[in-house]
Amino acid sequence: MTYAPQTPSESAYNFAYLDEQTKRMIRRALLKGIAIPGYQVPFASREMPMPYGWGTGGVQVTASIIGKDDCLKMIDQGSDDTTNAVSLRGFFKKTAGVATTFETADASIIQTRHRIPEKPLREDQVIVFQVPIPEPLRFLEPRETETRKMHGLEDYGLMHVKLYEDIAKNGHIATTYAYPVKVNGRYVMDPSPTPKFDNPKIDRMPALQLYGAGREQRVYAVPPYTDVKSLDFEDYPFEVQSFDKPCGLCSAEGVYLDEVILDDHGGRMFVCSDTNHCEERRAQGLTGPMAAAPTAAQLSDGNEPKPETRT
Amino acid sequence: MPVRLYLNAVGKTFTMHLQGGTQIPVVSNVEFSVSAGECVVLGGPSGAGKSSILKMIYGNYRCDTGQILVTIADDIVNIAGAEPRRVLVLRQNTIGYVSQFLRVIPRVSALEVVAEPLVVQGSSEAVALDEARTLLARLNVPERLWGLPPATFSGGEQQRVNIARGFIGRYPLLLLDEPTASLDAANRRVVVQLVEEKKTAGVAILGILHDQDVRDEIADRILDVTNYRADAA
Amino acid sequence: MSLFSSDNALLQVHGVTKYYGSRIGCKNVSFDLWPGEVLAIVGESGSGKTTLLNCMSTHLAPTAGAIEYRMRDGSMRNLYQLSEAERRLLMRTDWGFVHQNAADGLRMTVSAGANVGERLMAVGDRHYGRIRETANDWLGRVEITSDRIDDDPRSFSGGMRQRLQIARNLVTQPRLVFMDEPTGGLDVSVQARLLDLLRRLVSELGLSVVIVTHDLAVARLLSHRIMVMRQGHVIETGLTDQVLDDPREPYTQLLVSSILQV
Repeated sequence: MTYAPQTPSESAYNFAYLDEQTKRMIRRALLKGIAIPGYQVPFASREMPMPYGWGTGGVQVTASIIGKDDCLKMIDQGSDDTTNAVSLRGFFKKTAGVATTFETADASIIQTRHRIPEKPLREDQVIVFQVPIPEPLRFLEPRETETRKMHGLEDYGLMHVKLYEDIAKNGHIATTYAYPVKVNGRYVMDPSPTPKFDNPKIDRMPALQLYGAGREQRVYAVPPYTDVKSLDFEDYPFEVQSFDKPCGLCSAEGVYLDEVILDDHGGRMFVCSDTNHCEERRAQGLTGPMAAAPTAAQLSDGNEPKPETRT
Repeated sequence: MPVRLYLNAVGKTFTMHLQGGTQIPVVSNVEFSVSAGECVVLGGPSGAGKSSILKMIYGNYRCDTGQILVTIADDIVNIAGAEPRRVLVLRQNTIGYVSQFLRVIPRVSALEVVAEPLVVQGSSEAVALDEARTLLARLNVPERLWGLPPATFSGGEQQRVNIARGFIGRYPLLLLDEPTASLDAANRRVVVQLVEEKKTAGVAILGILHDQDVRDEIADRILDVTNYRADAA
Repeated sequence: MSLFSSDNALLQVHGVTKYYGSRIGCKNVSFDLWPGEVLAIVGESGSGKTTLLNCMSTHLAPTAGAIEYRMRDGSMRNLYQLSEAERRLLMRTDWGFVHQNAADGLRMTVSAGANVGERLMAVGDRHYGRIRETANDWLGRVEITSDRIDDDPRSFSGGMRQRLQIARNLVTQPRLVFMDEPTGGLDVSVQARLLDLLRRLVSELGLSVVIVTHDLAVARLLSHRIMVMRQGHVIETGLTDQVLDDPREPYTQLLVSSILQV
């Protein structure tokens, strides 16, 4: 990921939008984050040309690490072609002129909002998470001064209070996303609002994980092959969601499914949340029970842009 | 018999700051002793300072001058000037106090109120409750009341609960503050018996008793407190 | 259970002074607290009793003086030289703090069970069933029925909240509990129940307690010893019934004579 300043496609901007000083500042913060896995490092978040909540943290992290040879995949809730993913991909195409892809395997950097691809990531890949609220203790302890002390003293009983409440009120741990984890046996971390289904993927993941929260001005990181344990009780162990049916389009099992409403007569189907994964399987000739339905057909290939090729 | 309690040159004066610092002398140069197995009764008219002497011995009132010495086994403790925690331990194990007024503790049954001092002294709960039942029965407290908190009892019933509580403990020194006032004849007899039993057990007893009959029956000596009048000193 | 069987003080306060600018909070206060002893600090508002309590409970650093505490291992430690981690561990295991306003001592948005269980989870208990069982047991001991275990304290009455706060504090079997006007602001009948409960728990568990109150009846019922404060100074101290029955200082006499007789 070495980078030398060069002329971007939109020549009025520096490569990848941010100026070099800012990138350096963010890289320093990221290095600190990598050195202390799960620890939230403050950084001077910049105003970005997009609203907060659209991934300003993730964009700044990506902008700081991307080089001209990188290939970027941008996903939003598992999909490459929803608004957030499309506009952020466009942003980097314009300001950095880098190659982009829908293929998980082809990407060197994957910026994501709320999902981790189904295909296992490799050592030569980096995944960048967009984080709305980096502080897992926030909802139980609103004082930032106090939560920082709690992290400093490894004072995490409160996290279990939250899980206790879940079990007391629902009979099981009902937290399904942003499920708190303990990183490297030390810091409790919010894995961003990914479904807890993805939590096992970030445990000992070969790829580097970087997390950016723009509004909250925090970055944090999990280096490759770091232990990441989901918090739980001895008698209520952590478990991921399971689905009783396979993907309606590609018949995949053991993947995270989204519910799609097909019509206003109650018709619905469950399909892979990771669209690239689903397409790959269908390209291999794997089909699910709903693949032939006309409404589903429209969903699967109707309005989809062609996958971009590397430039 | 060994001396259990010895008062030496004890004096007490109240200073009423709210009344311009008026000094009210109570007693001075009080000197007497009580031996094991002996019952000494303080005599004299109301206001002579009998109650104040008793309260100084129990630590309720401060002692301005002199010493109040209590023997505990081979040890002698001066209550005047003892640390609060020392006094509390003395009250737990050494000095009992029987008054006519029960300080009611809400929601605790009469039986438990009576048994408590013995439990605190280290008896098992079962033994203490057993003895409490015996005492309440002897003092004619109706059995149906035993399980109830005494707050709602009549004055006489409360008084008898308190007497039972005062006599249950194994104290080498017992202070009696008018325990028989307003008791009927039958219960007065019981109190006299209880005192006799304590004396036989070697307890030193110091009391205030206005009841002439009771006093004559249990007192080995009567001390006239007017001799210790502060202004007479 | 025998009173004061130990000859080692649990807490030693040496010349504690707190200034707020040039104003005195409390001045040169010294005393020892013994295991199993209940000490009441009485005085009117502004007399410095809460300042002193906060200094002792490490909520407020004194301007001068030292406070030492006997840790569970028997060593005597200066409270203001403990590390933050040690201090927090002490406060959530060996100590309790009962606030006048229960909302200050409870998490109002989590259930009663979680309020009681929090200390257990904080010291590493990770078995839901056990935590819940212990919480239930403690709710019972403070007379909260088990069908309220999953309710928020927001739905509790003032007296129940206070009882819940007590359970939350006692679940780790602390040795020292600080109480700041624990019965303040409650109805008289609710007060009586709470006082009785406190009296029982304190003697059952052999707790040492420092209780700040302006209510002499509370002091009489709960405490062994009283410290009377006025304008930041301790003006009189002694056995509770001695101070109340035979008050010596003019101010104490005024305080005692001001009690309404019912």
